[in-house]
Formats: sequence, C-alpha cells, structure tokens
Amino acid sequence: MRKVAIYGKGGIGKSTTTQNTVAALAEMGKKVMVVGCDPKADSTRLLLNGLAQKTVLDTLREEGEDVELEDIRMEGFGNCLCTESGGPEPGVGCAGRGIITSINLLEQLGAYHEDEQLDYVFYDVLGDVVCGGFAMPIREGKAQEIYIVCSGEMMAMYAANNICKGIRKFAEAGGVRLGGLICNSRKVDNESEMIEEFARRLGSQMVHFVPRDNDVQRAEIRKMTVIDWNPGCSQADEYRMLARSIDENDLFIIPDPLSIDELESLLLEFGVLEAAAA
Amino acid sequence: MTLLRHTRGGEITERQALTINPAKTCQPIGAMYAALGIHRCLPHSHGSQGCCSYHRSTLSRHYKEPVMAATSSFTEGSSVFGGQANLLQAIDNIFTVYQPDVIAVHTTCLSETIGDDIPQISEKASEKGLIPDGKCVIHASTPSYVGAAPTGFANMTAGMVKYFSKSTSPTKVADRVNVIPGWVEPADMREIKRIVAAMGLESIVFPDTSDVLDCPQTGMHEMFPKGGVTVEQLRATGDSAATIALGPICSDAAAVELTNKCGVPHTTLPLPIGLEATDRFILALREYNGGLVPQEITDERGRLIDLITDMHQYFYNKTAALWGDPDQLVSLSELLLTVDILPKYVVTGTPGKKFLRRMGEVLQERKSEVQVRQGTGADLFLMHQWIKNEKVDLLIGNTYGKYISRDEGIPLVRHGFPILDRVGHQFFPTVGYRGAIRLLEQILEALMQRQDDQCSEERFELTM
Repeated sequence: MRKVAIYGKGGIGKSTTTQNTVAALAEMGKKVMVVGCDPKADSTRLLLNGLAQKTVLDTLREEGEDVELEDIRMEGFGNCLCTESGGPEPGVGCAGRGIITSINLLEQLGAYHEDEQLDYVFYDVLGDVVCGGFAMPIREGKAQEIYIVCSGEMMAMYAANNICKGIRKFAEAGGVRLGGLICNSRKVDNESEMIEEFARRLGSQMVHFVPRDNDVQRAEIRKMTVIDWNPGCSQADEYRMLARSIDENDLFIIPDPLSIDELESLLLEFGVLEAAAA
Repeated sequence: MTLLRHTRGGEITERQALTINPAKTCQPIGAMYAALGIHRCLPHSHGSQGCCSYHRSTLSRHYKEPVMAATSSFTEGSSVFGGQANLLQAIDNIFTVYQPDVIAVHTTCLSETIGDDIPQISEKASEKGLIPDGKCVIHASTPSYVGAAPTGFANMTAGMVKYFSKSTSPTKVADRVNVIPGWVEPADMREIKRIVAAMGLESIVFPDTSDVLDCPQTGMHEMFPKGGVTVEQLRATGDSAATIALGPICSDAAAVELTNKCGVPHTTLPLPIGLEATDRFILALREYNGGLVPQEITDERGRLIDLITDMHQYFYNKTAALWGDPDQLVSLSELLLTVDILPKYVVTGTPGKKFLRRMGEVLQERKSEVQVRQGTGADLFLMHQWIKNEKVDLLIGNTYGKYISRDEGIPLVRHGFPILDRVGHQFFPTVGYRGAIRLLEQILEALMQRQDDQCSEERFELTM
C-alpha cells in the first residue's frame, strides 16, 4: 500500500486534482482510499457525487467513542473509499487536533488494515499547514510520499517551498519523501519550464503539467470527476497521465528548499523578465 | 542516607533547559484562590478535569478545608470543536444545582490554546437564559504557560473590577478604602481588615478568603461559607476614596483597572510583612483617616520593636535561604535585613523583571552578598546546590523545602504556598506588626532550638 499526501497553497486545486487522479487510478483497477483532512470536508465531493459524507469528527461527537468504520466511510467512484475528517466551524476549537483525532481513530478502526487490500491511501490536506495537526499525515510514518500541487504564480511557489521545509523536518525523523510537484496550470508565462526548473532545484521533478481546461469546471458543477463525467475528453487523459506518472514514480527525495532570494530570481528569470522582453 | 542524593555541591553548571523542583506553580490555582474570596462564588476551571483536580486538591491540602470548584471536563471532542457546549452545560448545571451568586471562570492551557472566547460563551449563556437574574459569570484568562500562580491571582482580581466595580457618583466615600490584600492567608486578610478598622476607616477587602477557607467546625457542611467579599461590595469599590494594593504582582493590575474605570486613586505597596512594610501600609492609611494612628497600633509596633531589640543577639549575623512568590520574598527579605539576618539565597520561578529591581532596592549595599535568581532554572535544585557550597542557618519557604531541610540539617520555617504538612498558617497572620512578631517568633524558635540541640554541654543555657 502506498500512502500519499497532497499538499499545496489554499485554492490551488488540491482537492480537484486529487479526486480526478484517484478516479484515474480507480479506472486502472487500483483500490484507493481518500482521507480528507480539511475541516470544510469537501475533499470527496466529486467522488461521491455530492457532499454526502458524514465526517469522522461529527460522528465521534454525536455517537461517542463507539464508532464503526461503516459509519464514517463511503464507497465512491470506481469503488474508491472516502472518509472526511471534518472539524469545527471556522473560528472555534482546534481543527489541527481534529485531524490528529480523526487519523488516530481511522487507524484504531483498522481502515488501513491489510484485509482492506488497499493499493493507495490519499491524504488531501488543508492548504496552509498552520500547526502540528495539519502535519499529522506526514508524521510517524503515515504518508510516505508527498506531492505538492502548485502553479507558476508566485504565492503558490512560495507555499510549495515552505511545505518543502516542513517535509525536510519530518523526513529527517521519519520516512516521508517528496515525490514531485504537480503543476495545475494558471496559464502563467513559461509555467511548465519554470516549475520544471523549480522542481529540479528542489532535487525533485514535475510529475505532470495539468493544463487549464473548462471541462474540469463543467464536471465539478455536476459533482463529478472529469473521468466520471466525460471519459472521452482530453482533460480526462491528462489525469490518466498524472495517475500513471504517480503509479510509476520512483524518484523520492528529501527536498532542498530554496532561499527566498533564489526563489525570487527564479521567478524573474522565467516569468517577469521574459514577459517584459516580449 | 540523604533524600536528594542527586544534588551535589562544587561547580554549578548553568542549565540551558530543565527545571528541577520548581519554585512556582501554575496560573489557574491563583485564579481559583482569588475567586474563593468572593462570597457565594463557585470557581470554574474551563479545561480538562485534571487541571481542576490538581488545583482543588492542593488548596484543600494547604487549608485542610474542602475546596469547591467545577470544571468543563474537556474531552477530545471539546478540544476539537471548542468548549462552548461544555461551558454552557456547566453554567446551567451549576446555577441549577449549586446556586452560587457568581461563577468565576478561569481558563487553562488547553482552552487558551484552542482560543475559546469566554465572554462570547457567557453572552451566549445569557441569551439562552442560563444565567438567572441577579447572578453573574465573570472570567479571567489564565494559561499556565504564561506567568505563575500570582499572575492568575492578579488576573482574576482584575476581572472582579472589570465585571463589578461601578462609579455611581463623582464624590467618593471619604472614609472608605479598598484594600487588595494580594495572595496572603485568610488569617492575613482578617488581620488587614482589623488594622484598617483600628485606623478608623471602613474597608472593602477583595478578594477576602477569611471565613471561606478557615471556617469553624459547626457540624454542618456549607457549600458557600459566610465569608468572602459580596457582589454589592465589589460594585461599591468604584465609589471608595482610594485603593491600597498590597503586593504589586498580585494586586497592581486590579488597582490600575479600578483607577482607569472608576477614577479611584491607588497606591501600590509591598506586602505588609515586617516592620518597614507595615509602617508603609499604616502611613498610607493615615492619608485617609486624618493622620491619626491609634494607641492600639502604636503599641503593637512597640512590642515588635521590643522583641527585635531583646532578641537581636540570636538574629544577628545569621543567614537564610528563601523561595516562593516575588511579593512575599521582597517583604520577607526586608524583614530579615531589619533584624540583621542576611537573605543569602533567594529564588522564584515567577517571571517579571520588576522583582529583581525591588530586591535591589531592599538589599542595597548588601546586594553583593546575596544570590537572587528568577525564572526558568530558578528552582529548589539550584538553591540546594548553593547551600551545599555554602550553608545557611535557616530556610524560609513552602513545604517543598523539607527535603533540603532534612538532608542539610537546616531548620525550615514554613511560609508561602503550599504548606502541606503543618497547620498554623491559616490561623495566624504574618502581616502587620503582630504578624511580624509571629514570624520572628517562628524564626527564633527554629534558631534557638537548633542551638539547644547542637551546642556543647557547657554552652547549654537555661535562660536564653
């Protein structure tokens, strides 16, 4: 079983990318479980065709300690298994602790047990790793590989670089490694080249460049992944390629984060300067 | 065989981390003690049960009285979703079952870290009709990772002013003063009230734990004993002529709040432990009673001076080691210097740079002979190391010093919090002139008993 965590700046498209990739893996015949680690609990909406999932923490709150796996896990597209940690409403309580509680509970309930015959577990984590709780999926040997969703926009690259600092910290103690960057295109100048270079400097790779395509929106509005909505469209193939790259990936490294100066010069080199010249 | 075998003399390594036998305890216990000084008040700990249990049991062991307090009993779920549901339920239960006049909520590390907003929750409780007419919920923010027990006492006392004090008229009541006694024993609070009354003034002492934590045995259990400052009195503090705050760390915050909120001028003094500190307290009270000091008080002072002069030979040139809370340590040091005992070692775990400056003012030219340490690493282990290297004649501090006392054969005079293994502190004050007599009597008993135990036969005296 491969345990994968998806990180990236808020709003970059982690949940959309994760679910579309999971749909492609499921289509390939893989048995996948998705663990949504965002208090908003919207990490499995496309796989379940709606916000049908009762969260682990809501269940825990309402039913006490006596929770069963069936209460918190639902089957979605291609027989993938979906769970949502959930969490408190904005502005109260501690969402970070919620993720810790929820992942511990899933472990206790045997969600990762061999009997489940899982090929993949995907953790879809809230964009900003604001406290220890949001690092839970990469602590204590949980997820072993991380993919960071980013784009060629400056703040997305800053965020990706910051996440690498976090990975480095946990990589030294445990086994977690960076599997690569997924570029979710925002149609920035030289985006693909820049992210490839960024990934190279981190010591990693860009696993796939996902072009911007309105089909993603069209599927999303129907609460579906692209493969579910229109398996024949070209964007569906992009996600199939991304899924294959992850499945065949063998480059797992401890990233070497860039200094702020290096990061800014990279942006100048590929982005602003060339755009200005043109 | 010694008890603290891990403690050795010789070179003392500066520790980067690690505190061993700390000279402090955490904020909520101070807030809980202060809240018990309100009449018919139930302290409430907003956090997990263990916090509340520890604070209650330590207070109970110190006072040998049942200490009542409630808790929000956080579970894993409360930590994630916030403690609002628990606190609302608690407020409902407490007012229904125990019917206090006031619930004084203090926070804990956990509820502070997840950011629970107590005023918002009590507003919610009010909206839902859970707070009966005429009853109140007050609060203080007391995370244990900030400050120490005196900080919690100060925060809760300031909370009393924030929630209750009211100025109803620009003219103040000329012969009434507020006294914030600081963290002292119930007996001390009673003594402070007696002194102010003897000076011909009316007083509102807050908080006031006398008749709450030193109750007579009547055969009947009272959930809320007769003592404590009432809500009406707390409201009236805003109309008093002045506030005298005793012990800056514990009392200054509330006094400043009262000045800002109600225009009541304040004077902050050291705790009135010892001759000079009591003199300052009496002088401050004279500002409001027309300048008179009654014969009763003058005589008490005279008796103290008489004791000091009669027994000076036993005090002179002795050394002492002290630990505990800053307000106590400053005044105790001053008293010791008055009778020519050198407070050679002084440690407190409570942070706050003012303490060092105040110690400097008290020690003056003897500063170089004294070691004072504060904050992280200022613990009983360090004090013991110092003692191993150069002995003292006397230890003054809480019960946690009894191990050093036994190992080193140095008598311990128990003072401060907690005292878990003796009685007396709850009955006999150490503030005021009479309190100083009591303290010096205890010190003399310790020093003279040791002389009797250890001197050679030909020096064993019938008359001392």
